[in-house]
Amino acid sequence: MIEFQQVTKAYQVAGREIPALHSTDLTIEAGQVFGIIGHSGAGKSTLLRLINRLEEPSSGRIRVNGEDVTALDAAGLRRFRQRVGMIFQHFNLLSSATVADNVALPLRLAGELDRGQINQRVRALLERVGLSDHANKYPAQLSGGQKQRVGIARALSTEPSILLCDEATSALDPHTTRQVLQLLAEINQELKLTIVLITHEMDVIRRVCDQVAVMDGGHIVEQGQVTDVFLHPQHPTTRSFVFDDESDEQQADDFAHVPGRILRLTFLGESTFAPLLGQVARATGVDYSILAGRIDRIRDLPCGQLTLALIGGDVDAAMALLQASQVHVEVLRT
Amino acid sequence: MSELFTNIDWYDIWIATLDTLLMLGGSLLFTVLFGLPLGILLFLTGPRQMFQRNGLYAVLSLIVNALRSLPFIILLIVMIPVTKLITGTSLGVAGAIPPLVVGATPFFARLVETALREVDRGIIEATQSMGATTAQIITRALLPEARPGIIAAITVIAITLVSYTAMAGVVGGGGLGDLAIRYGYQRFQTDVMVVTVVLLLVLVQILQSIGDRLVVHYSRK
Repeated sequence: MIEFQQVTKAYQVAGREIPALHSTDLTIEAGQVFGIIGHSGAGKSTLLRLINRLEEPSSGRIRVNGEDVTALDAAGLRRFRQRVGMIFQHFNLLSSATVADNVALPLRLAGELDRGQINQRVRALLERVGLSDHANKYPAQLSGGQKQRVGIARALSTEPSILLCDEATSALDPHTTRQVLQLLAEINQELKLTIVLITHEMDVIRRVCDQVAVMDGGHIVEQGQVTDVFLHPQHPTTRSFVFDDESDEQQADDFAHVPGRILRLTFLGESTFAPLLGQVARATGVDYSILAGRIDRIRDLPCGQLTLALIGGDVDAAMALLQASQVHVEVLRT
Repeated sequence: MSELFTNIDWYDIWIATLDTLLMLGGSLLFTVLFGLPLGILLFLTGPRQMFQRNGLYAVLSLIVNALRSLPFIILLIVMIPVTKLITGTSLGVAGAIPPLVVGATPFFARLVETALREVDRGIIEATQSMGATTAQIITRALLPEARPGIIAAITVIAITLVSYTAMAGVVGGGGLGDLAIRYGYQRFQTDVMVVTVVLLLVLVQILQSIGDRLVVHYSRK
């Protein structure tokens, strides 16, 4: 478990204090995949680096598994960091070392295992990330996705309880991004590892995260279950991430000439695939037109959102039927 | 052939070549020995680095710049008392090595500093995130990553030292450059001049190609 208690961070730039993180309280439960999303400069990178004190907090307290990280001395901090893995946007592998030597590096730095044990663990890790055939290659001979797999193997070599991911997929193409995220999700399940990742892509959050915090201007502006935040974003910044381009006002303009009551239905899980609309229409005599819609998947949970205009028949009864079928109903225009 | 090189005493040439190689080897060894740590110190205390110390960096920088701006021939003379103290003599090969080292070390330290700055900061951060000590960051990450750059720096400094040794004749250091000046220039024995210059050229070529090969061998990018 990672706890932030009134943590702030400000940088001294040319004698002036530039705040990067305003007073922040945050709890990340053990075993979760916790995503932090924000535009560049929102403070997410600072927040992540505060966890292993690559950035020193200006004030406040950070506890990891009950231990006050902010109070650690240099030696204590080094031991703590050996239990926290980290992967990076640009991989940050040693170009002068082979894949196997890169993965072995944290173990050699820690100096707790002998050569045989290190070799054994490196072999197992490379097998786990599917790079057994590349052990003696140099990073320059690998693709971006393979480099990040090496990064992941390296981060896991000391068997950490926490993995920090700094824009780990931002330098990868969409296909490779999905593979790396899949690997992270598997590792989270297999090792019961807490993963904290920062990203500027909602897609990354949607695919692997349990919880999400949205950052803007050094504040966490919204936080919660990914399903809630993704399907019912409240803060404007969150909405901009979820809906990309279309603003609500624009949509309202588009629907101005559409008659009837406009509803937004949110389906989650099995209800996504139920033949619900036709049943409701027949039972209540309403007609509907579909104005907008999306069907998605949040981790393994299918979900859908439809914007409908209901005309004629018993509109109230239709709404009641929908609500009774575990569909979340919002009225956009009465 | 023998008419062309009437003034040449091949034994003298051989001794001079040996002297040049001795001066080069000795001074290169100590230059690297002193310059590498100094370069690392310059890098670490420099702006926006791990141990940023503006005062210390400014002082080191000033000393390095001062020594680099001093013409080597002046340094050679200024150093005579110090050289005597270190080697017991200010003459010959042994007398030439201390001023060569003092002349080349600041330059080499700068080259090392530059090579270390070329290392991706992300690699330092990654190594820090693994819980490495500062010594480990330097030996396990910085130096291996900067190795091609440092080898290139050693090559540059070796060739610079070859040209410096030519001036060592001032303190009786001997060597090929000295031969070229005393016989070739001052006694108008052009053939001696040509032979020594060709030998120096060959030496520089050999040093450069060894350096280039090592750089390629250790470059994994």
